[in-house]
Amino acid sequence: MAAKKIYLDNNATTPTDPRVVDTMLPYFYTMPGNAASRNHPYGWEAEEGVDYAREQIAKLISVEPKEIIFTSGATESDNLALKGVFEMYRRKGNHIITLKTEHKAVLDSCDKIEKMGGEVTYLDVQRNGLVDLKELEAAIKDNTILISIMWANNETGVIQPMKEIGEICEKHGVLFMSDATQAVGKIPVNPKEMGIHLMAFTGHKMYGPKGVGALFVNRKKPRVKVTAQMDGGGHERGMRSGTLNVPGIVGFGKAAEICQKEMAAEAERLSKLRDKLESTLMERLEEVYINGDAENRMPHVTNLSFKHVEGEGLMMTFNQNMAVSSGSACTSASLEPSYVLIALGLGDDLAHSSIRFSLGRFTTEEDIDYAIEAMVKGVNHMRDLSPIWEMYKDGVDLESVEWTEH
Amino acid sequence: MAYSEKLLDHFKNPRNVGTMDKSDKKVGTGLVGAPECGDVMRLQIQVSDNGVIEDAKFKTFGCGSAIASSSLATEWLKGKSLDDAMSIDNMDIVEELALPPVKIHCSVLAEDAIKSAVKDYRVKNGLEVPVEEKNHG
Repeated sequence: MAAKKIYLDNNATTPTDPRVVDTMLPYFYTMPGNAASRNHPYGWEAEEGVDYAREQIAKLISVEPKEIIFTSGATESDNLALKGVFEMYRRKGNHIITLKTEHKAVLDSCDKIEKMGGEVTYLDVQRNGLVDLKELEAAIKDNTILISIMWANNETGVIQPMKEIGEICEKHGVLFMSDATQAVGKIPVNPKEMGIHLMAFTGHKMYGPKGVGALFVNRKKPRVKVTAQMDGGGHERGMRSGTLNVPGIVGFGKAAEICQKEMAAEAERLSKLRDKLESTLMERLEEVYINGDAENRMPHVTNLSFKHVEGEGLMMTFNQNMAVSSGSACTSASLEPSYVLIALGLGDDLAHSSIRFSLGRFTTEEDIDYAIEAMVKGVNHMRDLSPIWEMYKDGVDLESVEWTEH
Repeated sequence: MAYSEKLLDHFKNPRNVGTMDKSDKKVGTGLVGAPECGDVMRLQIQVSDNGVIEDAKFKTFGCGSAIASSSLATEWLKGKSLDDAMSIDNMDIVEELALPPVKIHCSVLAEDAIKSAVKDYRVKNGLEVPVEEKNHG
């Protein structure tokens, strides 16, 4: 019998929905055309497929199809939005505001912008992971052109107050960009209602294929433009050249359509399973902490710290059968734990002890029951081995111990 | 990352897990690492009157490689003289467990734990503590 395999790492990537794959297949075989070929049926079919997908995706987020620019994924969309706005609006100003808990695609793009002569403010978040709106507003200066704040955090699932941020941007005449990779397809996302002008997201986090993403660019009031970062044939209204990934885009569209239909029921089902996982673990194990705001949070995500247990070691107790992720970074050269959790004010020790569970469309209650047993067993095993758990249980003040840094 | 069978075995069935009375004169205790760094090892040895390590115990907070390294260290320590224990090199552990490069620090920590336990025993019993030769920087 094959070993049981449970996938609770849907924030890393989601499996492609079989209905999506079915929709894509003809575009590899019978309709292999280039969507930019204007003079034969192969091109027309491909273009039709792309147009339809653009409508499906636009509908999911309540925008116009023309406002969707296809890219290779959310990382490219983030790069295009940030660098593209910086180059396009440089005459107006060079200052961008973002958060320390943003995805690396945003942070590293900002880093590059600083090297290009931009000025970037990286705001701290509160203990619950949420932006402090007063601090945000206070950070806006005369030369601020853009605020970039993610909709939902990939590690903690924490959802930022998009509407309030949008109002601040509106008040100060600053563009608002959001990386909504983890939110689109999982919770209702309507950028126009929130005052968002640019929004990045991707197919493979919503049961679509990998290698295809999108950037929403607001077309009216205001008409937003970004400088292309990829030069060539002038595809995607000149903002992103390159032959369109037709099968990928078609699959992305189908994935959006399915999400629109099933999102509400799915979110409800997954939040129940998530809550069961979380509350049972907290009941059966001591010293378990939720990282990030427990209210403003994605329905399928929980990030927990198991005190005095190292996350990567813990994962090794079950990782042949169950996939989760950890903020511990024992494998990274830097040995630095998750910068997102550190930004929440967690000590390094709790960050090393964190596990992220991200449920998905194909997660069953049986999976959750398995996960609970595997976690309880794993945490107990690791605590039996942990000298600091023993010291903690003996009432030793770990702060007073002189540790040898290495 | 794929780990070696030996490493997985030490991780899943760690040898010599436990705690000795650190106030016992026959016991030497080494506590190295820091919770902030994601690994803490405590290695203890019990030394006979004729200077042989009779028993060794460990507890480790850390990743699989750190746990396996310290488990292996306790196995190796039993029956060794203190001088022989001091000659265990972290690269021996790396080789035995086939540790990947990113995990070499785990073996360094195990070597540090051994040295620290031996030193603790020697200091406690008024024995001469040789000058450290090796520096991992």
